[in-house]
Amino acid sequence: MNAVDRFEEGSPSWPVTRYLDKGGSALQDIPSALDDRQTLAALYAAMVRTRTFDQKAVSLQRTGRLGTYASSLGQEAVSVGIGAAMDPADVLLPAFRDHGAMLWRGVTMTEILQYWSGDERGCDYAGPREDFPVAIPVASQAPHAVGVAMAFQLRGEKRAALCILGDGATSKGDFYESINACGVWNLPAVFVINNNRWAISEPVAMQTAAETLAQKAVAAGIAGVRVDGNDVVAVRHVVGRALEEARSGRPQLVEALTYRLGDHTTADDARRYRDDAEVSARWQEEPVLRLRNYLVARDWWSKADEEALIRQVREDVDGAVEAYLALPPQPPAAMFDHLYAVLPPSLAAQRALLEDGDG
Amino acid sequence: MAEVTLVEAVAMALGRAMDEDPTVLVLGEDVGRDGGVFRATEGLLDRFGPARVRDTPLAEGLIAGMCVGLGAQGFRPVAEIQFMGFVYPALDQIVNHASRLRNRTRGRLSCPMVMRMPMGTGIKAPEHHSESVESMFAHIPGLRVVIPSTPSRAYGLLLAAIRDPDPVIFLEPTRLYRAVREEVADDGAAAELDCCYVMREGSDLTLVTWGAMTRETLAAADALAEEGIEAEVIDVATLKPLDEETILDSVGRTGRCVIVHEAALTAGFGGEIAARLAEKALLSLAAPVRRVAGFDTVMPLPRLEDAYLPGIDRIVAAGRETVRFQ
Ligand SMILES: Cc1ncc(C[n+]2csc(CCOP(=O)(O)OP(=O)(O)O)c2C)c(N)n1
Ligand SMILES: [Mg+2]
Repeated sequence: MNAVDRFEEGSPSWPVTRYLDKGGSALQDIPSALDDRQTLAALYAAMVRTRTFDQKAVSLQRTGRLGTYASSLGQEAVSVGIGAAMDPADVLLPAFRDHGAMLWRGVTMTEILQYWSGDERGCDYAGPREDFPVAIPVASQAPHAVGVAMAFQLRGEKRAALCILGDGATSKGDFYESINACGVWNLPAVFVINNNRWAISEPVAMQTAAETLAQKAVAAGIAGVRVDGNDVVAVRHVVGRALEEARSGRPQLVEALTYRLGDHTTADDARRYRDDAEVSARWQEEPVLRLRNYLVARDWWSKADEEALIRQVREDVDGAVEAYLALPPQPPAAMFDHLYAVLPPSLAAQRALLEDGDG
Repeated sequence: MAEVTLVEAVAMALGRAMDEDPTVLVLGEDVGRDGGVFRATEGLLDRFGPARVRDTPLAEGLIAGMCVGLGAQGFRPVAEIQFMGFVYPALDQIVNHASRLRNRTRGRLSCPMVMRMPMGTGIKAPEHHSESVESMFAHIPGLRVVIPSTPSRAYGLLLAAIRDPDPVIFLEPTRLYRAVREEVADDGAAAELDCCYVMREGSDLTLVTWGAMTRETLAAADALAEEGIEAEVIDVATLKPLDEETILDSVGRTGRCVIVHEAALTAGFGGEIAARLAEKALLSLAAPVRRVAGFDTVMPLPRLEDAYLPGIDRIVAAGRETVRFQ
């Protein structure tokens, strides 16, 4: 294959933390704080939930009931691991493919669907009020994390900002400017790169000649580590530790190695630029089955558990979809409602055009 | 009361705002120890310390983006972009985030932040240090665009901008930084945003301008007065949202209008004002609306900058012709 292989375990100076191998066997002792049925079953349930939601969202799009949607298929462990590692008081600054983390933190499925249907109200989360909405301009959320982390530092709060970016995002100045500034000021921020190997049609080898993305931390003078992004145990552990470090004033960069099993978005057809064979091979590494195999081997997960979970998750997703489809549309004049804290009188005439319905 | 220059008034307002409100922060390149390349932040580091007065890495996108994060967290960052010519990397953050965070979260998060930057020509500065691209910001929904024209207005408008709950682009004409001194009371009194200021009354002609061009325009009004033409001079001060009432009211009385700006003519903000007059004051107009503006050229280097700048003569000539138009 091509230079994408550089991003496999390769670099001896940048080891990849991994607890579960592709088949779900433990390669080393799982950190004791995580190695219990309740903790691992919760991570598993969250990944199943994320994948089920994702599939539903894609099918809603296919049937004309949702706008363009960015699936997280195959990357559930990165997203869920991050969500689980964060404290509720931390602030999440996601990209646009991080549904697992958002759901874990209490953003509802209905809100996510509402946003991707093209309704701003989906970003007015009832749950995590301080979390940022998804960032569509790639990497543009990184400097926001610097500001949020600085706010925590100024107030002397033990909280961290966690920013998720794609591998493509690491080519942008925003990314470097942000990790660099965090290094200068010792800010409580963690940047997690979801290295899913692709930025639409460009493999990560087209983004950089660097051997790893984690090593970009060196230029910023902050710590950089790599983790198997298909091993939710490893993500949960590594990101958890990174957050602890960050809250003590040591910003961190985490590169999570995973794979985008789906199209870039519902508007994309990945067959135009990558082989089915590559994708099939990557299915052997996917995170959900991996953890289930481990749970089953530990006798922590039965067929009945699986059936009950699937039933519950389907019910939740269906309920969320029902609630989403029943949402009343925003009145057109609502586009003026939050433009400014107080609408300048000079805009009243424009708003009136929409209120009269003859705009 | 102290007699201060415009740049000193800016520093005074910053100090006042930081004194009043612990959430106000000042950040930017060289704003700390150096007090800013124009000294607009002079003395702040000593008074408020390095936590609240931050020298940042040299990265404009970062500066603007940090302000979004700080603003969302309840701080009121006041960032300095060293020159307007270097604001372009920050546009992504200003346009894609600062201006719309409130809207896209339906009010859940917002960005009370001020981006201050020197603008305009007239101080023989190097390449890229002299442009005026205020109309670029004025095109962006969700922003406020404010340009002071006197020391007292700079003090009052900046305080208002810092207290405003939404992002404000605060453009400071370098040509005015040290041009005049004025008595300004450091009394914490804000000036009104979103409104024009009438600088001179007159019944024959309305001259509409802002920022540094208020000086040439006032001088032109004096020259016209010697010819018996009484011009009203309006300082727009807040380009967005635009107070069109004041302009329409004046033109309704004078029937004649010349718009003066330093920025390039095409798609300059004068075009917006002319369009409003065409839409709402056509029947009051006794003459075509004219624009006296910078040329549609690349801003020349300092040796030609005087030739670029719309001078008093051009304003007087345009005013005279507009009044004589039958
Ligand atoms: C600044 C910017 N340029 C281009 C795009 C269009 N675009 C959307 S996603 C994407 C690829 C992003 O790749 P990556 O950062 O790896 O994230 P992923 O999609 O793989 O999660 C591109 C080019 C954009 N949204 N923002
Ligand atoms: Mg990617």
